[in-house]
Amino acid sequence: MGELVQLTSFGLTEGDVIGALGRVKVRAVDYADLYFESCVSESVSMEESLVKRATKSVSQGVGIRATAGEKTGFAYSDELTKPALELAADTARYIANSPSGADAVPVPVRQCPTRDLYPIERAQAEVATADRVSLLNAIDAEARRYDPRIKNVMASFNTEYKVVMVAASDGTLIGDVQPLSRLQVTCIAEENGQRQSGSFGGGGRVGFEFYHEGDRYLRFAREAAREAILNLSAVEAPAGVMPVVLGGGWPGILLHEAIGHGLEADFNRKKTSAFSHLLGKRVASDVCTIVDDGTLPGRRGSLNMDDEGTPTGRTVLIEHGILRGYITDKLNARLMGIPVTGNGRRESYQSVVLPRMTNTFMLAGTSDPEEIIRSVDHGLYAVSFGGGQVDITNGKFVFSASEAYLIEGGKVTRPVKGATLIGSGPEILTKVSMVGHDLKLDEGIGTCGKEGQSVPVGVGLPTIRIDEITVGGTQG
Amino acid sequence: MSQQIQQREGYSQLAVDLLAKAKLSGATEADIIIADGETFSVQVRLGAVDRLTKAREKHLGLRVFVGKRSASTSTSDFSADSLNQLVAETCILAKAVVEDPVSGLPAVDQMAGERPDLDLYDSTRLNTEQQIELAKRAEAAAMSSDERVTNSEGGDFDSSSGRVVLGNSHGFLGEYQSSSFSISVSPVATDPESGAMQRDSWYAVQRKFAKLDSPEAVGLEAARRTVRKLGARKVSTQRVPVVFDSEAAGSLMGNLCSAVSGYSLYKGASFLAGLLDKPLAPEFVTIYDDGRMVGGLGSRPFDGEGLPTRRTTVVERGVLKSYLLDTYSGRKLGFASTGNASRGVGENPSVGPTNFYLAPGSKTAQDMIKTVKQGLYVTDLIGFGINMVTGDYSRGAAGFWIEGGELAYPVEEITIAGNLKDMFAGIEMIGSDLVFRGRIASPTVKLGEMMVAGN
Repeated sequence: MGELVQLTSFGLTEGDVIGALGRVKVRAVDYADLYFESCVSESVSMEESLVKRATKSVSQGVGIRATAGEKTGFAYSDELTKPALELAADTARYIANSPSGADAVPVPVRQCPTRDLYPIERAQAEVATADRVSLLNAIDAEARRYDPRIKNVMASFNTEYKVVMVAASDGTLIGDVQPLSRLQVTCIAEENGQRQSGSFGGGGRVGFEFYHEGDRYLRFAREAAREAILNLSAVEAPAGVMPVVLGGGWPGILLHEAIGHGLEADFNRKKTSAFSHLLGKRVASDVCTIVDDGTLPGRRGSLNMDDEGTPTGRTVLIEHGILRGYITDKLNARLMGIPVTGNGRRESYQSVVLPRMTNTFMLAGTSDPEEIIRSVDHGLYAVSFGGGQVDITNGKFVFSASEAYLIEGGKVTRPVKGATLIGSGPEILTKVSMVGHDLKLDEGIGTCGKEGQSVPVGVGLPTIRIDEITVGGTQG
Repeated sequence: MSQQIQQREGYSQLAVDLLAKAKLSGATEADIIIADGETFSVQVRLGAVDRLTKAREKHLGLRVFVGKRSASTSTSDFSADSLNQLVAETCILAKAVVEDPVSGLPAVDQMAGERPDLDLYDSTRLNTEQQIELAKRAEAAAMSSDERVTNSEGGDFDSSSGRVVLGNSHGFLGEYQSSSFSISVSPVATDPESGAMQRDSWYAVQRKFAKLDSPEAVGLEAARRTVRKLGARKVSTQRVPVVFDSEAAGSLMGNLCSAVSGYSLYKGASFLAGLLDKPLAPEFVTIYDDGRMVGGLGSRPFDGEGLPTRRTTVVERGVLKSYLLDTYSGRKLGFASTGNASRGVGENPSVGPTNFYLAPGSKTAQDMIKTVKQGLYVTDLIGFGINMVTGDYSRGAAGFWIEGGELAYPVEEITIAGNLKDMFAGIEMIGSDLVFRGRIASPTVKLGEMMVAGN
């Protein structure tokens, strides 16, 4: 963050903004807000040992929203002028069916987020193209050095520098600067005419030095190469119900899909979530405590404030197996009469605010990770995953392993090909019988999609044992 | 913000001016895409308006070549100062990357000459109340069709229209307009005995408003698809024949479409690398990509580089006959572009389908189900369990269990797994029910055995 965001950086005065707020906040409107955003994204990518692509995008605009009861009126514009603001305000207000009768809007007092979870000066966030190029070249060399069977390395380094400001009819006037970056490596390995791939990546709301700490970028290259080489010897995955041990970190995508989406307030207000009637009920075993926490410094899913200007927080979703709370934005919190948790997020000024996760993880337990593996006679040990998906209403979710092994007689044995795991959200965590003491957060690669909007998120997990889940391999 | 060029009519001139400026800044070649459009969307829920969204937006994307080096940029800020800066920055960025021997614009003589009118634009404008009414009618039809439909994620009506202007330093300058109208409904049904809920949805999308299915038809189909899922259960793990309904089969065509993209192929990241002119499927399988279908949702007169679109036979009587290529990936593989450059503003061109489809057969879905003693009829697929490098396939599925040639009961919380190469080779029957609801479409398809994992 590091600097106070000013309305003048959007070419507007406080008077313009208060004027537009007054125009949209007519009597029948419960709440109105304006969200200003300017964003610069840059990407450099490499393949075939050539850093041959560079892109840069600049966007700016404003989203104006009015809510009346359950209704939302929304308009956006990529023009930051007084007439454009007024036109968007009039459109958003249409929802209230009340063309006139402006309401008194409190004069907002400009605030500054009370903490700085990503103290990166603008100068540090700007990375010279030449530095990006040498980073990617070094990754290519490292991955090929790892094993001569690595035949192609594809890597990209992306940065985003977003400046936002929220002005709302509840007196909010607050801005934030939100840097974000990510390094992604994919390797293709080839042996005897057979090809495989491996991927690894990470990042966060961090400066360029993050990638050099302990030669992190080279580790990413080796990890991607290692997974590709490992998968060359992978055997067919088993099919059917069996115990599964999930490794720490990114396998926390289980929590995101199995319960996280189901606990977003909008689905529960509308009672279309499989969790709609389960508050205070047992949805997990005693050893499971799960939180959503947007306040972890530098993490990909963290924010000083959400996109409605509410400070992010730490929300306990499940405490010792009992469902404790939902994650909310202002609209759903108001309609449901529950606290605002600072989870109102949007992809950009062009999208509406929805309750979304930040960093979602399970707290550490007491089991020894090795003991957890030893406890399984025949099952699967999955340590890395691709994407996942959930049907909120029937609670069925999937997530797909990209690095997994058989457990035979309490020992990790052969690597198996990727397979999708499928289960039921309200049930799966009741089958978690052991939780390791080794909580790990992911490296910072997660992007969550909902209603066509993508936002960066984090997950985390200690090693856990799930007594039974359906594994979608090919070997019956 | 002064000197803003807001008139659409000015976009062609803007493109020409910026191309000239790029040349002055050191670009040896350049192209530019300018897109603008307006969107209006209505969502109603349980009979009341839930969300109205209205917007107008514009973007400009610039790609420059400095010799064999290239960079792409984009902006939504069309002020003169901002655009001048963009041109300068793009040229600096291009100089920072390495030379790529095959980079560059398409050859001059390949640029699209004739620009057929593909009937992609409808000037119909509906007012807010009309759109709300259409969304309400669609949702109401779903809600009232069956008492087990108890809730709703909403009924939607969306309309959009826009214009694309593309120009390059060869002197190519083209533009076209397009529009789209869509209705969708997502009902929730509750099992009266268990209380378990299911959700599904149905939709219609067309470039012409008059061609859109009635809101009632969309709502009724959405309700039918939702209610039939009630009482779904798991089945035991077993290997059985699988019938993909047209939506699920469409997703298989989407997988094939990714695998024949020139970019996946030259990187060695496709399971179809090296298989051109080799048999992929039985000889009754033919797959096209047709950029010139009149009124098609993926149709356009020229592609993202200004090359003419065309009809490409991707699979002809079972044999993989063509990849989908733009200029760059074509050069990498030693072929001419197939006119499939797809251009997100601010990105380098990549390859995308136009109207990509499996040619229909003669069977009805029922005929195909009748041939299965014990098997699975798939209607929903979830997750991302596909390895495009190897073709390994493992996805969450839901649908119906087939017993004695008939749909017996709904199933859920199962996976289906195999390898895409085996799955295409194992196509046994193709339905007659081809309907385009997007750029990729398929009739119902019956495959040989796949592994179903459940209990």
